Amino acid sequence: MSAIEVAGLVKRYGDFEAVRGVDLTIEEGEVFALLGPNGAGKTTTVEIMEGHRHATAGTVSVLGHDPAKAERSFKDRIGIVLQEGSVEDELTVREAINIHGGAYSRRRNTDELVEIVGLETKANARVGTLSGGQKRRLELAMGIVGEPDLIFLDEPTTGFDPSARREAWSAIDNLRALGKTILLTTHYMDEAQNLSDRVAVMADGRIVAAGTPESIGGREHATTRISFRRPGDVSMPFAARVEGDMVVVEAAAPTVDVHRITSWALEQGLELEELSVSRPSLEDIYLALTEDQ
Amino acid sequence: MNGLSQSGLLVQQIGYQNKMFYRTPISAFFTLVFPLMLLVLFGALFGSERINELGVTVAQYFAPALAVFSAASATYTNISVGTAFQRDMGILKRIKGSPLPPWLFFAGKVGSATIVAAVAMLIMMSVGVLAYGVTIFPRTLPAAILTFLVGAACFACMGLLVAAVSPTGNAATAIANATLLPLAFLSGLFFPTTSETPQWLVTVGDIFPLKHFNDAFQATFLPNTTGAQFDWFALGYMALWGVVSLLLALRLFTWEPRSGD
Repeated sequence: MSAIEVAGLVKRYGDFEAVRGVDLTIEEGEVFALLGPNGAGKTTTVEIMEGHRHATAGTVSVLGHDPAKAERSFKDRIGIVLQEGSVEDELTVREAINIHGGAYSRRRNTDELVEIVGLETKANARVGTLSGGQKRRLELAMGIVGEPDLIFLDEPTTGFDPSARREAWSAIDNLRALGKTILLTTHYMDEAQNLSDRVAVMADGRIVAAGTPESIGGREHATTRISFRRPGDVSMPFAARVEGDMVVVEAAAPTVDVHRITSWALEQGLELEELSVSRPSLEDIYLALTEDQ
Repeated sequence: MNGLSQSGLLVQQIGYQNKMFYRTPISAFFTLVFPLMLLVLFGALFGSERINELGVTVAQYFAPALAVFSAASATYTNISVGTAFQRDMGILKRIKGSPLPPWLFFAGKVGSATIVAAVAMLIMMSVGVLAYGVTIFPRTLPAAILTFLVGAACFACMGLLVAAVSPTGNAATAIANATLLPLAFLSGLFFPTTSETPQWLVTVGDIFPLKHFNDAFQATFLPNTTGAQFDWFALGYMALWGVVSLLLALRLFTWEPRSGD
């Protein structure tokens, strides 16, 4: 059975349609990233799966439950990590985990959790004294205190400095290693690329593309781009176009094309400055998919 | 490891709310210290004068009245403000996503606030007895305790209602203070109402439960009375306010932040 099955999901607020027919299946053990600009409907979609909001139309099955019923047995099997700042500053790390974990039937040991997220030295520190990255790791620990089968991560590293992001990523990688199904929302492409098995891009209330980070949006078939600084007024024996100071070649067969270009440069005695061979990044694909918004 | 039982969870929730209270210096100050400052102030202003209409010393009048003020502040103000700010921060939303049954969260709030109110009241009455010669009557003690419990529960439920209707923590602070302080004045908590108090003020005071809380509690510390001093009308009236507030609160309560979404 799939961990999440969503079909024809619609959510309306008055006249405004935030989610306009989303179909989505997430398998057990999969790390799935939902991408999209602010207002694309991804938070609404995820909150419906969590049981925080009710769908206007469509069917939603999460771990075999209808989340709208908010059954205790359902909440017992999921872990939700909200956006930053949902833990009391006045509590210690250990207390926050203990209190949040109190009602779960499969309660993980607090010391183990502290270790998984690398907060051993801060276990008795007040939450208010933690750095942003440390707080996020505490929230991750709280999210898995009930040994969940499915974890929701809402923008796990928004607003982080690079080292805090690495910290959070490695904690999330530890969760993947435990075989958890993870649904994360993010608007960082490198985060999706680094963490997820599959991604879906939402725009304007719909999923506009889905697939692995390598193949989404036809990325695997997209042509490779070879570029270098324009070497003065020489004629080139291959199809190329000029973009500013740069020469760009769209290469359908990159191995052959690179060879042809560099052979030509060697014959001419030219050094090709700033030579690079690149494929569209996930970010390029994402921007192309969402640029109408 | 298995989850906690319901009673275990209740104890944990009460402990959690107690920690939050004592680790928030501003609320601890206004609930525990500020009413004591008023007692010292009133004691210094009025000395050993007697309140003629009641035939008691100033301290015998104000210690119970300020104990009632402490109890209302511990329950009504702390629950409304604390809960609304927790909602602003997304803490309530996180709790709602966990398997904790909502009633246990509310019970933890009410239970903890009642304990804090009891501590505040005990401090107030102890200072009254030790420093100002306030007399306690064993005969009326059961009525004093019951009145306190019903009053604290009533104001705790009203605090939940204010939390439910307040869009933000700041709004809850404003609503709680703008209701409790004027009511405290016209319910005789800061000075006795006399035969010269305008009728409309008396009527307004009669509508809200604070005056009934104060009158019923104070009556158990008045000399020249007989019997156990259970004020059944006041107790019933507070219970009614409490139950109606609780029902409305549960109906109107939201767990998600309402601003900036």
